[in-house]
Amino acid sequence: MGNGTSIGKVRGLGSAQDGAHHWLVQRFTAIGNLVLMSWLLVSFIGLGDLSHSTVSAWIAKPIPATAMILLVVSLFWHARLGLQVLIEDYIHDGGSKFALLAALNLAVIGGGAFSIFSVARLALGVSA
Amino acid sequence: MSQRPLSPHLQIWRWGPHMFVSILHRVTGDGMALVGLAVLVWWLGALASGPEAYTTFTEMMTSPIGYAVLVGLTWAFFTHMMSGLRHFVLDIGAGYELDTNRMWSIASPIIAVLLTGAFWMFVLFPKGALA
Repeated sequence: MGNGTSIGKVRGLGSAQDGAHHWLVQRFTAIGNLVLMSWLLVSFIGLGDLSHSTVSAWIAKPIPATAMILLVVSLFWHARLGLQVLIEDYIHDGGSKFALLAALNLAVIGGGAFSIFSVARLALGVSA
Repeated sequence: MSQRPLSPHLQIWRWGPHMFVSILHRVTGDGMALVGLAVLVWWLGALASGPEAYTTFTEMMTSPIGYAVLVGLTWAFFTHMMSGLRHFVLDIGAGYELDTNRMWSIASPIIAVLLTGAFWMFVLFPKGALA
């Protein structure tokens, strides 16, 4: 709670006890999504054909691979925050809410890890 | 809990574009989180698994239902992007004047539809194809 000054009392503390952190991270990841999704959609247009050979050769390059991994992190993080709010708004039973939030965390971390591994496999040249 | 008074909800307020664009933001965002990320994971997984798995993916995605999903997702993306950009403006405390707020509430989803159309024009008719 700080030393009792006004700013000390409010710093880092909102109704959720962690201030504006959730809100801010939602904005930071939104900016990440805006930049990286624009890159992805422009890349799709630029590639011309989206065959396996074209896309896998493209995504294996250092900059596309890095951008794709960052996009996965930003998208899954942003989606986790959004779905968390959806659950908190509409599920009022404590047990169901906890179970859904736990399932959400497992799903986004699992999906994100699988996506990053897939890009890494292509970039490091293990795949077909 | 059930005896407590409720605040006025959707059926009380006169409908306005700001309500519509707010609901659209949640629907498109959570829709993309549930459907879009599944497609993304499938796409990257198929890409890493090899040409056969990728062919299965592209055959599904170029079927009528697949195209409906992909067009729906791009529409959801541009709609969420436009209403998200609107939120950034509102976050800095601007755009709350009634006329301005109403104008951007109407413009955001319309611009999103135009961007969706433009994107698919570029995808389906790469440069030179229309010339």
